[in-house]
Amino acid sequence: MDIHILIYGTVNSVIFALIAVGFTLVYGVSRLPNFAHGALYVLVGFLTWSFIHDLKMNYPVAIILSLIISAFLGAIIYRLVLIRLRGMATSEIIASFAVSLIILEGLRMQGIGGFKGFIGPFYILPPFIEGKMRILGVLIDFQRLIIIGGGLAVVSLLWLFTHHTRIGLSLRGIAQDERAALMLGIDSDRAAVIALSIGSALAGLAAVIILPLGNVTAEAGYRVLIYALAVCIIGGLGSWAGTVLASFVLGFAMIVSTALFGAVWESVVLVGAIILILILRPSGLLGKQKELEERV
Amino acid sequence: MVIEETRRKRLDRGIKVRTESLYALSTWREMAYMILPRLTLILGLFILPLVLSMYWQRVLCSAGIYALLALGFDFLAEYVGLVCLGGALFIGSGGYISGILNAYLDWPPMLTIPIATLGGSVISTLILLPCLRLRGIYFAIVSFMLPLLAVYIIIALNVFGGTEGISALDTFPNIWVEQYIILGAVIFSLFAIRRLVNKDIGLIFRGIMDNDQAVKASGINITSYKTKAVFIASIIGCFGGAYLSHLYSWLGISLFAMDFSIVPIAASVMGGMGTLVGPVVGAFILTPMSEALRGFGQLRVVLYCLILIGFIVYKPEGLMNYLQRKYHQFEYWERV
Repeated sequence: MDIHILIYGTVNSVIFALIAVGFTLVYGVSRLPNFAHGALYVLVGFLTWSFIHDLKMNYPVAIILSLIISAFLGAIIYRLVLIRLRGMATSEIIASFAVSLIILEGLRMQGIGGFKGFIGPFYILPPFIEGKMRILGVLIDFQRLIIIGGGLAVVSLLWLFTHHTRIGLSLRGIAQDERAALMLGIDSDRAAVIALSIGSALAGLAAVIILPLGNVTAEAGYRVLIYALAVCIIGGLGSWAGTVLASFVLGFAMIVSTALFGAVWESVVLVGAIILILILRPSGLLGKQKELEERV
Repeated sequence: MVIEETRRKRLDRGIKVRTESLYALSTWREMAYMILPRLTLILGLFILPLVLSMYWQRVLCSAGIYALLALGFDFLAEYVGLVCLGGALFIGSGGYISGILNAYLDWPPMLTIPIATLGGSVISTLILLPCLRLRGIYFAIVSFMLPLLAVYIIIALNVFGGTEGISALDTFPNIWVEQYIILGAVIFSLFAIRRLVNKDIGLIFRGIMDNDQAVKASGINITSYKTKAVFIASIIGCFGGAYLSHLYSWLGISLFAMDFSIVPIAASVMGGMGTLVGPVVGAFILTPMSEALRGFGQLRVVLYCLILIGFIVYKPEGLMNYLQRKYHQFEYWERV
């Protein structure tokens, strides 16, 4: 039982980290709360499904194509809408929320131009490798192992990208001090476009890795956005280490509460954790340097 | 020889004394300049039920609920600086409390609505309280999450009727009572909030929005004022929710639906943020439009959002700011 909790808790935590890492990147670099994060997650799921079933594409090709589309969409959202609203926090939040609703409710829309709407439980992505194996006596399928591997790979590659490449360093520069970065010739809009496309592609990557565990539904978009926001609040908005730590806290808290009291308490644990953190440590577990700024 | 000459004169010339908000009124004509727009709105809203058919009278009632929510949203966003993405939280808490009191204890609507208005706003303010100590996007995030999580919790714990809700609640005596209750509430809260934001407390609210550090340095407790503002907005919203559950004589998880969060925002942006009357007018335009599109299902929500993005990007001042400016700039020919 303990080993079971340990392994499935790890899987759950890595899922949280995968979901939240794109949101943290965008917010950390350009202070843009990308409320369209969950919508892009679901959109990539449906795009991959359509490429495989309607266009008869090869699975890896379909995944890569939908990730590219998602990255482009992130750039388009910034170029067309958010660039005109930079600095107006109210408008940024409302506009990205509206984009999210257009995508999610658009996917459920029926009857326009023969579009049937993605409604119902028929949209299932196949796992990368079929089959299960035993680790320390616990039965686990390969897809969950891929999730753990993929999550570790994404987090470490992002760390390498932001610490050892030119673009990644410029993104961190913008995040630390926008004015100083502008003076050194880093284009703030270009950095935001890059951050939003990488963030959107990360949302898509999370989708293709995680979605084979269940089926693709439009409602999942709201749930994914909630998870991402919860992880970011608990870890501290825009803090990398905080995001990873908070995903492990939340992931294990949920698995433990499910094992002790049953699955219905998941949402209660989530709300309780957020409210507790906001009361005890308002800027999140590791959001230290921003404490003065965020707390008034 | 006398030459007839005319020149253009602005309507408000001589009425406005130096500033935007001070007026010197001396004739009935000048009084009319001030009173006519307000009277048009009030009388217009009160005459509407008399000319509409039965179906559109019901639509008017739900438009009134959206107008209340939009008013609360605009007050919080433009006068206190808190963006509330979860109007459904207010509707849900008000609606559930009044519905439960009515279904389980058999109390009449005239008793449950006031109790639910107060109780619901106390509860929603308490839930939102932890994020009021922070500035930035925390309030938007938490207010967005709460209605959705409330649905998950109600479904998971299977309380208050679970997914099916509770039906057969008491309704109002007749359709005229229904309509005039909500229209009266809309007009009362509109003018109450307009007065409130021009009083000292409104000045503090705006100070918190513009520069909270300066307000804090003046020895004013920011969190307690933010709490008061959220309480005021949630009273307006919870009244709408309590009224709604008796209007449809039903309560269920769709009281927490996304419509109650997004329509007020779209109405405010379209009507003109910061005018207070704009969101109300916007709600009375948008709701009938969505009613006409009911056959298209989710297209309605997509359409709201397109209107929302269109206005926020291309016409951020909204309808009412534009109309007010044009009204003051109105000119006529005057003989010299």
